[in-house]
Amino acid sequence: MENTDTILRVENIHKSFGDLEVLKGVSFDVKKGETICFIGPSGTGKSTLLRCINLLTQPDQGSVWLGGEEVTNSGKQINHFRQRIGMVFQNFFLFDHLTAVRNVEIALIKVKGMKPKEAREKALEELRQVGMEDWAEHYPAELSGGQAQRVSIARALAMDPDVILFDEPTSALDPELTREVLEVMKKLALAGMTMIVVTHEMGFACSVANRIMFMEYGEIIEQGSPQELMSDAKFERCKNFIGQFDGVNGD
Amino acid sequence: MDQSIFLFDILLPVLLEGFIVTIKLIVLTAPFGLILGILLAVGRVYGPKPISLLCKGVVAFIKGTPLLLMLFILYFGLPSIGITLSAFVASVVGFIMCNGAYSSEYIRGAISSIKEGQIIAAQALGMTKMQAVRNIILPQALIRAIPGLSNEFIYLIKYSSLAYMLTVIELTGAGKMVATKYFEFTTVFLMIGIGYLILVTITTIAVMFIERKVAVPGMTQSGRHMLDIL
Amino acid sequence: MGFLTIIIEWFPYLIQGIFATLGLVASALFLGVVLGLPMAVGQVYGKRLVRFLIAIYVWFFRGLPILVLLFLFYFGIFPGLGMDVSAFFVGATVLGLRGAAYQSQIFRGAIQSVSEGQMIAARSVGMTKLQSIRNVILPQAVRVALPGWSNEYPNILTDSSICYAIGVMELMTRTSQIVSQTYVTMPIYLVCAGIFILLNYGGMRALHMIEMKIKIPGFGTGAA
Repeated sequence: MENTDTILRVENIHKSFGDLEVLKGVSFDVKKGETICFIGPSGTGKSTLLRCINLLTQPDQGSVWLGGEEVTNSGKQINHFRQRIGMVFQNFFLFDHLTAVRNVEIALIKVKGMKPKEAREKALEELRQVGMEDWAEHYPAELSGGQAQRVSIARALAMDPDVILFDEPTSALDPELTREVLEVMKKLALAGMTMIVVTHEMGFACSVANRIMFMEYGEIIEQGSPQELMSDAKFERCKNFIGQFDGVNGD
Repeated sequence: MDQSIFLFDILLPVLLEGFIVTIKLIVLTAPFGLILGILLAVGRVYGPKPISLLCKGVVAFIKGTPLLLMLFILYFGLPSIGITLSAFVASVVGFIMCNGAYSSEYIRGAISSIKEGQIIAAQALGMTKMQAVRNIILPQALIRAIPGLSNEFIYLIKYSSLAYMLTVIELTGAGKMVATKYFEFTTVFLMIGIGYLILVTITTIAVMFIERKVAVPGMTQSGRHMLDIL
Repeated sequence: MGFLTIIIEWFPYLIQGIFATLGLVASALFLGVVLGLPMAVGQVYGKRLVRFLIAIYVWFFRGLPILVLLFLFYFGIFPGLGMDVSAFFVGATVLGLRGAAYQSQIFRGAIQSVSEGQMIAARSVGMTKLQSIRNVILPQAVRVALPGWSNEYPNILTDSSICYAIGVMELMTRTSQIVSQTYVTMPIYLVCAGIFILLNYGGMRALHMIEMKIKIPGFGTGAA
């Protein structure tokens, strides 16, 4: 059963907040280099699912495997796994007291134990990747939302993660700023980065994703490649959902 | 000597007498401190330039000078210009000045937090500016200033101990005399401390109830919780 | 104008008190940070018992008058421990322990004001909780706390005069010594008040300059 290409395996994740069951047994595999987009109505557990993958939220049940090692039940080892699972947040969560370049290098120095000089070089390189090297010495308060999000992508990239989780990375951005972030993400995907993206950007999902997962009420209802989802008649609910966005976010 | 005899027969009666003097100091100071605070704040915000500057200077002088020094000035200094106050009166006057100056800052802050429309609306009804301040602005400002004012009241409780430095035998002074006579320092000062803790804690709880009582919907933001007592 | 010559004559003696006064203030501020900051962290992130113990400490040191604390430590606790320490040491310790109680609450508020996302992001790049607190939460909290913390300075400065009661040779003590030597009262008191007011506003100005120096975009200072 074990596919050597599988980098991340999520098995039967359950999560409740009080009486509300947010995730009702979600399972999926991610192959190396794949981009997977999770779409679906708000409040169906997509963001919770992402946070369960790196245990920022503790799942009630189920397991997560990264490259054959179990992430869940890893105890103190979790910090080691979190280095290998990057995360990009809807509201960026840049460290507000640090400049852009310091944001990218701090975990390299403090967590990976890299030398400051080496870390600085790597941080600048990552900022270049996202087109933010000119803004290296600026503080988060001085950046636009799109710029801040690109820095936060660089911060995740710098750890050389096996996979990056994107939690609605453009939802907090104005439409004109959304594009610059999506372009960076598209570039990453083409370069072979493994990515799991929760998004409402249907254009992005359809053009970049290898697979689209349609989630509703805490479950993956339908899944397939963008072509399958768009053409095959059996994926009716997903198509209806996407249909609502046509003309609004169409690429 | 038996600890319980010392505690109950010697220490507590003396402390109780001192405690009553402490209460007197506080009760005599608080209302006049508030009045002085209101006058200084209103003078500073609404007074003509010279009055406003005068109020500002007085507050700066009082806040910049240690209370202990102020008490010395009132008790030891004033006789040199022909004004002699008893130790008790000098203490109360000093406390009123200190409490008034600090309170005025909270009241001033509260006054300036009230929207300008309030005074305009009042004047539109035919009130004079002074009437508007008294009837419309101050009632709102004082409610908003309650957290700050109650902090000042708690400071007053604690700083009333400085009256002992002018030989007023209040709680601290009464205890100090017993401690020196019987050479029982730790016990006595802890007991004195408990006396102040009781006063401070009761005040904190009382303030919580007052805040809840006077709360006007949409106006106050009570940040005080039961846990803050600790 | 006899008192003018007296003031000039005694001025150096008075001025020496400034060192003791500033020494008291500096120790209080220093201890306040060194003890107050960990206490604040403990109060926000600590276990129930830790939080409770810190709350008791704060309640005790904020609830007692300084005068009583000074007497308690000078006559009671230090001699009781068999320690023969100077009045200055007692004064600095008491102001410091009390400062820690007040300042811990300023730091606690600042820590709680740092948004939750900062901790989440720090954990997401693999920092431990302690690393996150040290590298991400505290550097921000300290900046938020700075204006409130600076406002402790004038309070501690004026409170330091109460160390007169245990005979620390600071400004207040020297002032009343001069008064009892010379029988000149008002002028001496006013000179002393003037020095305190100068130290007060000078110190505030200096602290404000430090604030401006370490100010970074996104962290406004609320100091006047």
